[in-house]
Amino acid sequence: MWRRVLALVVKELLAILKDGKSRMVLIGPPLIQLVVFGYAATYDLNHVPIAILNQDLSAPSRDLAARFAGSPAFQELAALNSAEQIEDLITSRRATLVVSIDSRFTRDLLLHRPARVQLIVDGRNSNTALLALGYANTIIADFGLSWAQDHGGAKPPAALDIRARYNPPLNSQWFIVPGIVALLTQVVTLLVVALTVAREREAGTFDQLLVTPMRSVDILLGKGLPGLLIGTLEATVIVLAAVWWFNVPLHGGLLTLYAGLLLFVTAITGIGLMISSLSATQQQALLGAFLFMVPSIILSGFATPIANMPDLVQRLTLVNPMRYFLIVVRGVFLEGATFHALLPQLWPMALMTGVTMIAAGWLFRRRG
Amino acid sequence: MPLANEATSAILINEVKKRFVAGGRAVTALDGVNARIRRGVVTGLIGPDGAGKTTLMRLICGLLQLDSGRIEVLGIDSAKDPLAVQSRVGYMPQHFGLYEDLSVQENLDLYADLQEVAALDRPARYAELLHMTGLSPFTRRLAGKLSGGMKQKLGLACALVRVPQLLLLDEPTVGVDPVSRRELWGIIDRITRAEGMTVLLSTAYLDEAERCNAVLLMHEGRLLGQGDPTTFTDAMKGRSFRVTARDVNKRRLRERLAATPGVLDAIIQGAHVRIVLDRATNSSEDVELPDRDGVEISPAAPRFEDRFVDLLMARGAGRPALLVDLPPAAAAGAAEDVIVVERLQRRFGDFYAVNDISFSVRRGEIFGLLGANGAGKSTTFQMLCGLLPATSGTLRVAGFDLRNARATARKRIGYMAQKFSLYGDLSVQDNLRFFSSAYGLFGARRRARIAWALAEFELAPFAQATSKDLPLGYKQRLALACALMHEPDIIFLDEPTSGVDPIARRDFWRWINILAERGVTVLVTTHFMEEAEYCDRLAIMAHGRILAEGASESIKARFRTAERPEPTMEEAFIALIEQKEAEAA
Amino acid sequence: MSKRSDGRLRGLLRKEFLQIGRDPSSIAIAFLLPAILLLLFGYGVSLDARNVPIALVAESPDADTQSFMARFEQSPFFQPRNFATIQRADRAMLMREVRGVVWIRANFSRQLRTGVAPIGVIVNGVDANDARLVEGYVQQIWTSWIAARAQEARIPTPIPVSVEQRVWFNPAVESRNYLVPGLIAVIMTLTGSLLTAMVIAREWERGTMEALMVTRVTMRDILVAKLVPYFLLGMGGMAASVAIAVWLFGVPLLGSISVLVAASTVFLLAALGMGLLISSAARNQFVAGQIAIIAAFLPAFILSGFLFDIGSMPTPVQFITHAIAARYFVAVLQTVFLVGDVWSIVVPNMAALVAMAVFFLGAARLMSRKRLD
Repeated sequence: MWRRVLALVVKELLAILKDGKSRMVLIGPPLIQLVVFGYAATYDLNHVPIAILNQDLSAPSRDLAARFAGSPAFQELAALNSAEQIEDLITSRRATLVVSIDSRFTRDLLLHRPARVQLIVDGRNSNTALLALGYANTIIADFGLSWAQDHGGAKPPAALDIRARYNPPLNSQWFIVPGIVALLTQVVTLLVVALTVAREREAGTFDQLLVTPMRSVDILLGKGLPGLLIGTLEATVIVLAAVWWFNVPLHGGLLTLYAGLLLFVTAITGIGLMISSLSATQQQALLGAFLFMVPSIILSGFATPIANMPDLVQRLTLVNPMRYFLIVVRGVFLEGATFHALLPQLWPMALMTGVTMIAAGWLFRRRG
Repeated sequence: MPLANEATSAILINEVKKRFVAGGRAVTALDGVNARIRRGVVTGLIGPDGAGKTTLMRLICGLLQLDSGRIEVLGIDSAKDPLAVQSRVGYMPQHFGLYEDLSVQENLDLYADLQEVAALDRPARYAELLHMTGLSPFTRRLAGKLSGGMKQKLGLACALVRVPQLLLLDEPTVGVDPVSRRELWGIIDRITRAEGMTVLLSTAYLDEAERCNAVLLMHEGRLLGQGDPTTFTDAMKGRSFRVTARDVNKRRLRERLAATPGVLDAIIQGAHVRIVLDRATNSSEDVELPDRDGVEISPAAPRFEDRFVDLLMARGAGRPALLVDLPPAAAAGAAEDVIVVERLQRRFGDFYAVNDISFSVRRGEIFGLLGANGAGKSTTFQMLCGLLPATSGTLRVAGFDLRNARATARKRIGYMAQKFSLYGDLSVQDNLRFFSSAYGLFGARRRARIAWALAEFELAPFAQATSKDLPLGYKQRLALACALMHEPDIIFLDEPTSGVDPIARRDFWRWINILAERGVTVLVTTHFMEEAEYCDRLAIMAHGRILAEGASESIKARFRTAERPEPTMEEAFIALIEQKEAEAA
Repeated sequence: MSKRSDGRLRGLLRKEFLQIGRDPSSIAIAFLLPAILLLLFGYGVSLDARNVPIALVAESPDADTQSFMARFEQSPFFQPRNFATIQRADRAMLMREVRGVVWIRANFSRQLRTGVAPIGVIVNGVDANDARLVEGYVQQIWTSWIAARAQEARIPTPIPVSVEQRVWFNPAVESRNYLVPGLIAVIMTLTGSLLTAMVIAREWERGTMEALMVTRVTMRDILVAKLVPYFLLGMGGMAASVAIAVWLFGVPLLGSISVLVAASTVFLLAALGMGLLISSAARNQFVAGQIAIIAAFLPAFILSGFLFDIGSMPTPVQFITHAIAARYFVAVLQTVFLVGDVWSIVVPNMAALVAMAVFFLGAARLMSRKRLD
């Protein structure tokens, strides 16, 4: 039996590698997505355009303004001279943030009264707005601390000592790039597996396969294993790119990572085989894969946290294998998570693998 | 070149060349074609798949660009002013070009709008077309819900909605039943006679040549001949004969005849063997027939196909017919039934694709399922192979129902799918290797079988070629080889020769004959009426039922009449359907 | 335009509408797909960190720690859980039960009076964006706590600068308010390009295009006849999306409907033009679908600025975004929804959209020949 399965696997791999269309699916989109997601998908703020309205024009206020201008997160667009200019700048989106320093800023500082700074931010992109406010507040707090130190003002009785564990520079690339391992592995595996049976149905070779003495288990294995192989290979390439090209730290063990990867790819293969056995043409298979993929990516925590979703939607994500694998891959990369710590992620994937494989086998027999 | 006979020529084709690039390789579709198509007559563009018929049709309509040469349609250069050509011709592409989600009337309206038929003229024209095509009762039906024959007639009506000066039909008779085919020819005859229209139609059915006023015979991008169809058959006069032998079975007789010097072609036709002598051999007296004593030879009418074979052979096609060692004949009559079908039914929703059919096939027999698309033969076939469960009834193949049979039972059958389905991206060798492994052959045995297949089917020079790039005839051989790797006892062939040229078809049937002689049971489906003649017995199917079953001779004999002393299979088929319809009415 | 050409066009248009009416799949792509995607994304995509589970460790609880910790209880951003030791809190973070730890050591009260008392804050940095938002919230709590303590003690505030924050156009800082209008642009790209590319590819596949071509019809007729119905379908989908955004998600629509309609018209023309262009290259639905997803949908999703800020992308990537029609439409939509008719935004982006519509429609016209090769 194994020799027959092996023959089918070899044939399957040859067919995928020799067909221009499939080669494109394997090489083109993954590369584009790796580059685009790796570089374009960032939440870090760089060069946010800001304007400063300094109504005080004394040394301390100029110092504060200089701190803003010198921050890599911000780029000073203009020094304003009247409050009337603010509205137009923000509304027309030329500036995201306006820092308005009160005319009595220095005087209030010297009198130990709260010196007033107004931050006006464009809330159209709420995430950018919040992050920009966060950066601005840090700059102002730093300024306040050093001013107090230099001028003998009261020290705050308590100070925050903030550390970001696992990702001290808070680099969002470290978050996105390991996520791409999950994303692309899912896309490629699903497409390869979902299209394989449909392609044979269209070419008319599937009937020929069913007429041979191969059992449906053999065919299922022969169709599933190439997807497993290609998915694992693709994941390996992206892991290498993450480590060597994007310099994402890899703290955990590869064994744990591959245990998770194998379970994930198998679960996706099962889903791919289910789509495959339900679709008569490659077009239907593509549509089916798309219909599964879009919600599964959106509801995985790849781009936005699951915790921010409504409760009902959060519960829905529990049946999404990608959700678990994302935690595994980020855990292994950044947290150095151990096999034991990831068990709560691994067993649901194992369960899904079992369920999807059995369902695929059942659908396969029924359709075949 | 001065364009001669401008007044009588509808289309002038001058040194036309066209190449396509497919998968990085250039394929020559037309290689210097010269032809002239007369006005007011029906011209047939005849040739097997891949001859370049569709390419030529599309060039005439200005849908493709010429590489070189010139085509003039109704005095207009079709490359320079395609729109002028397109507004003067009626064109029906392959598969009829209908909107399946529009009704019959809506399809007609659309084409009337596009061809700018004045609103006042429409009612009369519609009435005429609907009457002519018999579609009047169905104007509100969606085109997708029409039968193949009705779609074909609607496609024709759409092409005729504005009386065109020239009507172009691309393979209008593919896949439609013989009754519809005859009706289509009736309509074409009428419009050429009544309206003086010029018709150019392409077809792969060689027997349709005789219905045309003029013929262009094409093969692999070249024109093999053109003229009145009688000039083709006249050239073969006195060279066709029928041979029967008392003591020798027809397949063995055919093998011997084919190997006899002077015989160009030998095919089985019902109970006898039909031979064509080569040019050098003047009469049947000159041929050294085997076993002269029991052999009867009588002249036969020449056919268009004979001339095609003659021309192809003259170009060096075909291969020397080798005398194969056949095993001693099995004891006749003692053979058991290998395939048994009883009261088989298959329902899809309310529709019976196969409705209560029974037949059986003996060991070593070639059994044909004959019928048009939609007759139920493919459904029957799929049930026999275990690909589709039966709704009711019993079926046994080598004692098993393959649907539930263990894998070992399937080892005994070979299967060749429609359109020679192979793994197109794999090489010939990889295909052979895969199918032999799938049937459980490994190691030395697999190597031996692959070597056998490459040698027997002359595929060795193509062993590393990608199989989708093979010429059609070689694809067919490879598909057969793949089905035979494990030396099955029973072989299922689904439309095994559609579209291939006559030489490839002859080669193919020769292998099938040899297999049958060795005791292999063959079940074949075909919509190609001529092919029925190669079978020992056949079942004619229509609307999911078997209308007649038996040897082709006996079926034809039932419809022998005074004005039709020697009915063809097609004539018998039509008569059979008319008879059944009359019974039903 | 001659009267005759009108007749041809009318025939084609009638055919197109009949087909749309009879084929539920195009209605589904035009209306159902946007609705489903909008619901999925609207509920599934959110960057608002609310009720963040956070571990509070007070090694020796007393009034001082209580006054600080109480602010976490009151904050809408946090859902605090108390832990007795830092080890337990750490484990909770490792098991992803909490996303950060606030750690107040045993001698906090004493240090508070003698010097500077450190408050340890550890956030899980894996999701950097989320971590930064959490940091910001903690910082706000700390600032207000310090200020309140100073006020109670009637001493000058130790934080010399007071910051007043104004978030314009989205005072509640809801990510949904900016994601939903952007989503409409992404979805319209999908329906506009995918739908057109697929319906034309279907005509090629079924051989009806070949039959159409050998009539008096011109390529212009064929293109116009495809544009008009699918434009109307697209506008219908657009209207449905806007309705969902306003009625279901409660996104304010401050701009005028006329600007919205004008921008949608131009954008839809560009998207349809792209679909026509794709269909002139891809003649089967499988390839057309793939190209539409790769060339239209993915770039609109990632490079349009609907989710990821264009200004923060590397310069070469920013450069590429200029070629994405959705980018301009996202900018117009976010402004028209949340701000109003701001001409300094609407006009340049509309101009870019007009240029892209002209480019794609023109290219589609040039690439579509009445020929099969």
